Amino acid sequence: MFMLANDKRHPDPAWRGRITGLFIGLLVLWYFLVASEFKPWTLFDARSLHSVARFLSDFVPPAHSPEFLIMLLQATWQTVAMATAGLTLAMLGAIPLTLIVTQCLSISSLGTGRMSRFSALLRQAVRCLLVLLRSVPELVWALLLVRIVGLGVTAGVLAIALTYCGMLGKVYAEILESSNTHTAATLLKNGNSRLAAFFYGALPESTAELLSYTMYRWECAIRGSVVMGFVGAGGLGQRMDESIKMMAGNEVATMLIIFMLLVGLSDGISKLLRRQWA
Amino acid sequence: MAPLNMLLKPPTVRISTLLLLLGIAAFIIASFASLPLAWSQIFSVEALHSSSEFLHGFVPPDVSPAFLRQIAIATQETLAMSALGTFIAALFGILLALPASGRYGHVLRTMTRTVLNGLRSVPELIWASLLLIAAGLGPFAGTLALAVHTTGVLGRLFADTIENGQRLPEVTLRINGSTSITTFLYATVPQILPQLMSYTLYRWESNIRAAAILGIVGAGGLGQMLKYHLSLFQMQQAASVIVAMLLLVAMVDALSFVWRRAMTKG
Repeated sequence: MFMLANDKRHPDPAWRGRITGLFIGLLVLWYFLVASEFKPWTLFDARSLHSVARFLSDFVPPAHSPEFLIMLLQATWQTVAMATAGLTLAMLGAIPLTLIVTQCLSISSLGTGRMSRFSALLRQAVRCLLVLLRSVPELVWALLLVRIVGLGVTAGVLAIALTYCGMLGKVYAEILESSNTHTAATLLKNGNSRLAAFFYGALPESTAELLSYTMYRWECAIRGSVVMGFVGAGGLGQRMDESIKMMAGNEVATMLIIFMLLVGLSDGISKLLRRQWA
Repeated sequence: MAPLNMLLKPPTVRISTLLLLLGIAAFIIASFASLPLAWSQIFSVEALHSSSEFLHGFVPPDVSPAFLRQIAIATQETLAMSALGTFIAALFGILLALPASGRYGHVLRTMTRTVLNGLRSVPELIWASLLLIAAGLGPFAGTLALAVHTTGVLGRLFADTIENGQRLPEVTLRINGSTSITTFLYATVPQILPQLMSYTLYRWESNIRAAAILGIVGAGGLGQMLKYHLSLFQMQQAASVIVAMLLLVAMVDALSFVWRRAMTKG
């Protein structure tokens, strides 16, 4: 009798929840499909198929005339140089800001553990500046700077410098504070200056980590500087944008190959150096 | 007082380190020297004047209700693009992760992993501008671009998760005569599901950020609006769009922070 009553129940005790969840999920999915104008069939109408076929059939063989390759090589170097110069400027900005923000280099909080009002305010202000710099995406910086300084690499270099200044400043300070701060505190307590405490106490504790994070960011900056070319900031990205707009499939194929090689290479170099320092 | 020889010797500087530093310095100098940087355009009085004019154009941001409604629609579009792109990527990711985890032999594993690496190494923005040719202007191209790039990322992460899972439950079910599909559903999926969910949510988070700017090449959402208003020099509208982008990203950051804390606590 007891068994029979049990058998009348649904075999899956959670079926109500599952059905409701599925229903809500489908509803949300439908809403997203409408909002993002998801129309896969447009991919297969005759005009789209035709242009894709033409574009893709151009891919083989990739463009390989000497002039084109030399032009690409120059553009690639420009991309790398843009990333390097941008990151260097970012470091020039980020290092002083880090020295201001880092709490373990605070002299007024020695002993009492409480920072004076002025330095607390200053720290908070610089921290806000760093947040603002890094939360505007680099592409948006580039788009704005292209309006100010005109098309070309200058906009790209400045965009990388601004965004990465924010990122480096924040992470440098975090690294310095999460490492062992005992030495720096001792130096400060014995009357050393902030800079001395930084160079002899805080910096040696976390050199490897700081260097390896910087290398990682260099690798990101190279990818970022290719992407910024699409808004007119020069380098490989701008050439790629032009070739895509002209539907020159063979040129795009060569550029994609070069792009992957570049990313692979910078990845390798950065891994190599990071291993040496770590 | 300790004798002098008890003190630590100063660290020796290796020649290889010096050479490396010199090389890096040369690389940086070469970078600056070879770029046609227009410093005069940035640090001249004229440039200062024009850029302050440019910045003044931004205030006050346009907050008229009609424009805010447009921004809300574009934000919705951005969210929908990122969610749908991530969803499609998770589906294809799991499909490709099965061969990529070495379940169907070594050859297929290498082949699928190469494909996944290829998808992953091209950034979303480049995918978007390539896909515009097939899908036309609008959020659909952006959704596809996010889906393609994220498939590469998630496929690889999923494959690693499957490879790292324990084989014993599967083997036990197989020995006791269950089919390959039931084995997958009742032994593999329960093991890997939490990890898969957390990877997918993490990618959704970064895709929202990417979707906000994808539109700059014409692939819908807030980015397309920003590009549109900037190219018409409607600075006040552009300012509102930028603020909306920052708010969206800040919201996502805050939510993911709260969610992560809840996960690590629970």
